[in-house]
Amino acid sequence: MVSDTTSTAAATATGKAKAIQTRKLNLWYGSFQALFDVDIDVVQGKVTSLIGPSGCGKSTLLRSINRINERLGYVRTTGTIEVMGHNVLDPSVELTQLRRAAGMVFQRPNPLPLSIRDNLLFAYRLDRGGKGSRSDEDEVVEKALKEVLLWDQVKDRLLQKATELSLEEQQKLCIARLLPVKPSVLLMDEPCSALDPEATRAVEDLLWQLRGEYSILIVTHNMAQARRASDECIFMLMGKVVEHSATVEMFVTPKHQETADYLEGRFG
Amino acid sequence: MSDNTVDNTSSGTPAQPPGKPPGKPPGKPPGPPYGGTPKRRREDRLEDRIDAAWIWDRIARATIFLGGISAIVFVLAIFLFIAREGLGFALSELDLGYFFTSPNWRPTNETPQFGALALIAGTASITGLAMLIAVPFALGAAIYIGEFATGKTRETLKVLVELLAATPSVVWGFIGLSIMNPLIIEMFDVPIGLTVLNAGIILGLMAAPIMTTIAEDALKAVPDSYREAAEAMGATRWQIIRQVVIPSAKHGLVAAILLGVGRGFGETMAVLMASGHAINMPTSPFDSARALTATIASELGETANGSEHYRVLFTLGIFLFLVTFVINLLADVLVRKGDKKRS
Repeated sequence: MVSDTTSTAAATATGKAKAIQTRKLNLWYGSFQALFDVDIDVVQGKVTSLIGPSGCGKSTLLRSINRINERLGYVRTTGTIEVMGHNVLDPSVELTQLRRAAGMVFQRPNPLPLSIRDNLLFAYRLDRGGKGSRSDEDEVVEKALKEVLLWDQVKDRLLQKATELSLEEQQKLCIARLLPVKPSVLLMDEPCSALDPEATRAVEDLLWQLRGEYSILIVTHNMAQARRASDECIFMLMGKVVEHSATVEMFVTPKHQETADYLEGRFG
Repeated sequence: MSDNTVDNTSSGTPAQPPGKPPGKPPGKPPGPPYGGTPKRRREDRLEDRIDAAWIWDRIARATIFLGGISAIVFVLAIFLFIAREGLGFALSELDLGYFFTSPNWRPTNETPQFGALALIAGTASITGLAMLIAVPFALGAAIYIGEFATGKTRETLKVLVELLAATPSVVWGFIGLSIMNPLIIEMFDVPIGLTVLNAGIILGLMAAPIMTTIAEDALKAVPDSYREAAEAMGATRWQIIRQVVIPSAKHGLVAAILLGVGRGFGETMAVLMASGHAINMPTSPFDSARALTATIASELGETANGSEHYRVLFTLGIFLFLVTFVINLLADVLVRKGDKKRS
């Protein structure tokens, strides 16, 4: 708590509070090094997109922030990753808590094969260690669904299986189910790549609404999406950060030749 | 079909391709692009059959079809055979009320008595006890292999379990007879160790490996994205298994358990050797008992073909057949019901 306030204070002193900050982050899959000295600063309350060609390490970076990549078992990381001022690579960090603080949305919508209601309450119940009272839970469900603009579509069928919703609704649900445990950061791994253009726009609109309250880091392959739906952009190449600037700046006046080439579609 | 092919080739070969493609130098015939003997154009060959491939396709189809229906045919044939031998007797001459309510199985008496209750109770108690033992072991093993063990441990365990499943049942019966029997006598201070307990344990150990294999398959069929999703929401390993994996594998797990029950009902040799084979209504695990299957196996060889005794053994067979049928049907209904509830 103390370190939180001090770091926040320090960050505010320098202008912008950081939601995520990595320093000298190196990551290996077995003997293959996927990230090289990655330093990024994700500003609180903004949407930051991570762009770059396939295999450049953007998903790896994203998945190292909530340490979900450690499922693989052969991942080694050095350096620091701070989420809201706490180093999450510290051995004393409890992974279950970290994952509630940094919620993740995956490429393919992955609602659990439970009812819509149970999906929304999954993290909530884990967090409070059991079921809450009926009225509390109803409130949580309604609030989360309203936040992702899904309430009107599903309020009459909350007991229906979540896997039967349309992909767009599923992905919104996957965002909604993170919110009851009040994450500070949302990590999104190409959240729209399985969606059609309509649904993509709906989810992008939603991200735009959620920014401010949540800091969002989104990996995307879609340049147009990065351009219209993010405040800042980080361009990565071969496991390194090449450029980090405001989206408008990056797309209009990229500082590096590689960035310009990638944005213009000369490679990737 | 050969007619057709021959006809096509013979009529097609001399045919000249109509018109020349523009842009080609005149005089040069439009030969095959990859060399070889000149062939007709692709589009003129639409009705050709490629002989060998076509024939193999037909042969494969016919074989697969035969294989597919033979399973049904055999099951039907077995049922018809058993029914022919036992059904008429069961419906006309046998006192079915007595059959199901009397524990007196004295088929070789001067006035034979055909009460199967003791046999049914024997089978039921042994299978029940076996399931009490096998289900926790099998599910535990499946969850360990499927969700916790990795790499070599996992592969080794899988092979071992499959090996265990392939152990002949007479070996299990031998273990019951020569190891469990003295062990039970000593541990519980009872006069005889060939009991429901013995047979139940042996049958449980026999059924567990198969149940483990099927249950593990069911767990493996749960998409990894579910586990990842739950883990990314801060669930612990056990919470993932308990709240996500087991519920989604529920149908497969029920199937595994029911298969174990089926195995228990149908198992003969091990039960015959370990249960004591005494016609007796078991009242405690330390009583000897006799199973339906073991009765058929031990008595059928000694009966005159077509005699009452012979026919009543077939009636037991019909009963076994029906029970397994009902168990399978029940499993099916349960699974479907679960499907509807979840949707």
